[in-house]
Amino acid sequence: MYDIIVIGGGPAGLSAAVQARSRNRSVLIISGQERDVPLSQAGRVNNYLGMPGLSGRELIARFSTHAAQLGAERMEGRALSAMATSGRFLVAVGSEVAEGRALILATGVAHGPKYPGESEFLGRGVSYCATCDGMLYRGKPVVVVGASAQAPEEANFLQELGCQVTYVSRTRPEALQPSIDFVSAVRLEIVGDQQAAALRADGREIPCACVFLLRPSMAPADLMPGLALSGPYLQVDRDMATNLPGVFAAGDCTGLPLQISKAVGEGLIAGHRACDYLGNPPPPASNIC
Amino acid sequence: MALYHFNQEGFEKAVNSGDLVMVDFWATWCGPCRMIAPVVEELARQYEGKAIVGKVDTDQEPALSMQLGISSIPTILFYKDGKEIDRKVGVMPAQAYTAVLDANL
Repeated sequence: MYDIIVIGGGPAGLSAAVQARSRNRSVLIISGQERDVPLSQAGRVNNYLGMPGLSGRELIARFSTHAAQLGAERMEGRALSAMATSGRFLVAVGSEVAEGRALILATGVAHGPKYPGESEFLGRGVSYCATCDGMLYRGKPVVVVGASAQAPEEANFLQELGCQVTYVSRTRPEALQPSIDFVSAVRLEIVGDQQAAALRADGREIPCACVFLLRPSMAPADLMPGLALSGPYLQVDRDMATNLPGVFAAGDCTGLPLQISKAVGEGLIAGHRACDYLGNPPPPASNIC
Repeated sequence: MALYHFNQEGFEKAVNSGDLVMVDFWATWCGPCRMIAPVVEELARQYEGKAIVGKVDTDQEPALSMQLGISSIPTILFYKDGKEIDRKVGVMPAQAYTAVLDANL
């Protein structure tokens, strides 16, 4: 059981983790791979105070190292679902379940709107979890829509289970098994009747029993039912508290501007307030501030 | 023991009893399933004598899971008078399940 679980390994989540570790709270960061963090795509960042001219990858590497040096632990994967139960929070990541006393959501913004048919067929031939649902489709055709760094591995896993996998993304990822069919497409739609029956990819229909949509992170409202939204973003107060007790949020998932400084500042507040929420702090550790 | 672990035969017997039945379809490798397991256990205790609450391991009972159209786990099915009356896919707060149970007691 951790004091604080941080979902998201971007600037906001890492900032929150640094603050919470500085207060001697145990912290678990749940995040995909570093290259899934949008900041890692930025060639050059010139508006982060005192550190102009670094690439996004350099910045995120420094932030990650800082959090790791302070003892924040890390679990690689996509948080699929979170729930509160008897004064603690459970977060499902693939086949694992993490447990914490407070939760900080720093999931970033969902990458684009949902695909047509996605909500309609969710749980009826649309899945966000290859680990969970792959076995139900052994021997059947499935489509993986790969939008995260981990997606090729998950497609390979589905093929090992015995699924007939077609992988859809803009370009073929190197890590994808050569024996897996690949379709390059960007306009996607899930079609079917009672169940999803095919993925329409740039107009071409790929028949399948299930479409696995593998994004870097889940939209917070899908992750945890009951979270109040403000437009497409999470509703928070000045303490970065959401409407659910013990759940805080920071960074791009709380709204504009989608900037590093704002994310880091919000992460700091969320980290502090999550520590306050936990009550009396443990004895201070030396040399970690 | 308030919580039943059904194989196909036990599942059919429970459903055919006509009683109010709640069944959680799950698997060991599924994190979200493990997450709601304590919720299901609690409901089994809470509704003992009012509803039959059980679980089906989809890995042990693939034919039953396929027959019932389980396409994502966790999926929770509700039955009364031998007929499916509701199904909930994915992790939901306990109230989502108690609402169905309470409405059909």
